[in-house]
Amino acid sequence: MTSSEQRLAAIRGGVPPRRHNARTIAALTGNPGCTRRAVLDGAGVDKTGLADRIGFPARFGQSRFAITRGNAFEAQVKADGGVELLRLVAERLGVEPGDRADWTDLGAADDLPDRHTRSRELLTAAVPTGPRQPAALFDHPLLSLEVAGRRVHLEPDLVAARLAGRLHVVEIKSFPVIDGQADPAKVSAAATQSAVYVLALRELLAAAGHDPELVSHDVVLICPRDFANQPVASLLDVRKQLLVLRRQLARMDRLDDLLAAVPADFTADLATDPATLTAALSRVEARYAPECLASCELAYFCRHEARGRTGAMGRPVREALGGLGTVTEVVALASGERTPEPEQAEAAALLRAAARLRADALGAPA
Amino acid sequence: MSTLRALAKAQAVTSGVAQPVATVRHIHLHERPLVLVPLALAGEANAPLAALVGAAPDEARLLVVPQPRNRSQRFAFAAELASVVLPYLDAHRGVSEAVAVDRGRDVRHRYVDAPQLLVPNPAGITFLRLLGRSTRFRRPDGDYPVHPSVPLLGRWLTFLAERAEHPGSSALLAMTDALTLHWATGQSAVEDLHLPALLGWIDPPDGLTGAEAAARAEDPSTHPPAGPATDPDFDNRRLSPAIEAYAATEDDPAARAEAYAELEALLRDQLAPTWELMWRGVGLLRGLPPGARVEGRWAGDRDAFTAHAEHVDSGGGPQPRRDGAVAAAVRLHRLERALTSYAVQRAYDDPLVMAEHRLAGEAFVGDVTLADPKRVDDGGKRPVLRPRIQLVTTEAVLVPVGATLYSPARPSQKARVVFVTPGADGKTDVVLELSGGMGRGLTAPPGSVPEVGERLCYTTLSDAYLPSGAFPAPEETPWTHGGPPGAAAASAEPPATDGDPTEEWA
Repeated sequence: MTSSEQRLAAIRGGVPPRRHNARTIAALTGNPGCTRRAVLDGAGVDKTGLADRIGFPARFGQSRFAITRGNAFEAQVKADGGVELLRLVAERLGVEPGDRADWTDLGAADDLPDRHTRSRELLTAAVPTGPRQPAALFDHPLLSLEVAGRRVHLEPDLVAARLAGRLHVVEIKSFPVIDGQADPAKVSAAATQSAVYVLALRELLAAAGHDPELVSHDVVLICPRDFANQPVASLLDVRKQLLVLRRQLARMDRLDDLLAAVPADFTADLATDPATLTAALSRVEARYAPECLASCELAYFCRHEARGRTGAMGRPVREALGGLGTVTEVVALASGERTPEPEQAEAAALLRAAARLRADALGAPA
Repeated sequence: MSTLRALAKAQAVTSGVAQPVATVRHIHLHERPLVLVPLALAGEANAPLAALVGAAPDEARLLVVPQPRNRSQRFAFAAELASVVLPYLDAHRGVSEAVAVDRGRDVRHRYVDAPQLLVPNPAGITFLRLLGRSTRFRRPDGDYPVHPSVPLLGRWLTFLAERAEHPGSSALLAMTDALTLHWATGQSAVEDLHLPALLGWIDPPDGLTGAEAAARAEDPSTHPPAGPATDPDFDNRRLSPAIEAYAATEDDPAARAEAYAELEALLRDQLAPTWELMWRGVGLLRGLPPGARVEGRWAGDRDAFTAHAEHVDSGGGPQPRRDGAVAAAVRLHRLERALTSYAVQRAYDDPLVMAEHRLAGEAFVGDVTLADPKRVDDGGKRPVLRPRIQLVTTEAVLVPVGATLYSPARPSQKARVVFVTPGADGKTDVVLELSGGMGRGLTAPPGSVPEVGERLCYTTLSDAYLPSGAFPAPEETPWTHGGPPGAAAASAEPPATDGDPTEEWA
């Protein structure tokens, strides 16, 4: 165990690290500048539990209606050995589906190392060698990625399709595509998650000495069409997401540097009392933005801590206020109560003018 | 975000309550707006679950779909909603007025009033747009017949949702948008989408600051979300068992009625708080005096309502799934023009909005110190009246000499910048030459030229008529845009399922 690993284990307390999945890895790309998040995720801390413990519970519930519908749609698409799935994917890629396809479910074996070995062996054996091979589909492959120096297993609900000489990641989602349009936020989340799988698949091939580019950067997204359950396939180019992901994973690899800035006694051990945890957390820098509310379990705590900061109202607000950090500063400079530092002169002049104009228009004395 | 608005947000944080960013109301508010609070079932493609709808606080009507995945129940919901919405729409078709067109050579008629729908948030507008999309192609005959009111509702909802994209329209409004147009809170734009939190900032209960009220409003167990998405916890713990209980009573009418009542009570509890908030929002907005140009924009809504009613009456078909190239270009052009004109009109109507433009150097306010109302320019072919005025202002004047300015006080008059002379005391003298808005003679009628002592705003923003662009007829669509629609239909895609009643509904 390296010294960093020991430190991360100490931060976590006596519990094993939380398992990452594509969603949590995708979330890492959300706010790359946040040290608090990088350290907690790097250590594999149970952030949901942590947020609960310090009194700022996360609100990431999932409705059972949504889960049921998602599972039903997936089962429907994968039915009959994937014949329909293969047809959809082939049609979208503009290739001949061929008359039959091999369907391998890699989800059957019970324990993780076995499944991983089996996934690796079968996928490596199935590496595309030319366009004339018959199509092959692999369901539930167990992939892995290196995150913060640790191997992380991924269990995607995905199908890797070998078709026309390339491997494609096929992602099945249950949000609808209506008249060719889907909710942009959901599409973008699906693209980032798929990019995690593309990256993991490419690493798997590269490790076995194959060309990683055999895994296409075009992901096939299968969604219900319009208001029906009829599946429709679309292509997502995830090259941009791959770049962002690689950069963030590389940053996590340099966790040593980040840890150097973290106090030596920092702990996120859930067994510690809440006051100590809160105090410990506040000594590791966070970079709260309103976007965190949608992706990070600790967001409500960080928002509470960021109260009074202009950035807590969103980056556009902070920028319009001349980049000043706190609301008190802004209001004091605007009213002229505070003399600006030389570097604040321009922002202060603008704020004073704004305050004068507001007062003027509202009919109050400036 | 403008610095002025950002400052208002900062002031909201320090003062603990939302700050005004408008001095007048920029939206039209109907005497009896139809408030609609929809809920959808999680995970499904726009499956209605329930709605509270009504045109007055005590007229709430609850619509419930006990089995939202059931196709015929969805259309029953649509028919029930239609039985509320369509009579409301029709009630605005009683009286029409004559409007002169083509410089008075012709007249057309438009209804003197138009309907107004209010939903809690932009997601509510999306819900109505998709409900319109899923119902407007249904048929009252054929394989899956629906009530004849269903496709009609679909076309009207589509019309309203399209209107909602039109800047300055008040036909279908999201309450959160309407409120943030007039107040700035101390929270982010994302958090402002949550109606309970937004109203917490604007109108906190006694003894609480806006921030505290907003924080309380974030607990979904005490403040249900304003829809259409429901709280997942509510789904799992309460809604799901209630739906199952209902489904289990298929053969027992008495038990079924009881289960239905249970479900109804459950959903009413989720919707009622939002219903209250909607009317509180209406009350707050009503407290503001309307801007001078709101009525003119509402006339645009009345025009659109009249035109669509006539289209429906004359047997016109439902809106297509996608606009053709020409229709899309025309629509985009119309929206762009509306956006420009809406921004200018709000600034003209509201000194607080104009202040944003003053801060950006697009406008200034000054006092008239000199006026020469009789000045005649006889350098050209014939003499013309060109009065000059001089203003002194303490604001920075960033407009160049030769620029044309306008004053909201006299919108039809142009003012050309002749001299800009910055003084030593931080004040600037500006000399303007006026044209237009003074009749045809060589003497300006009283009041048409600003007088010494008047305090005026001059701006580069112009509310003048924006001529519309020229577009080809659909059958002359250039090949760069796919060619005439007939040719495209022959080659591309299998025939769309427009109007296909068999289009599946999961």
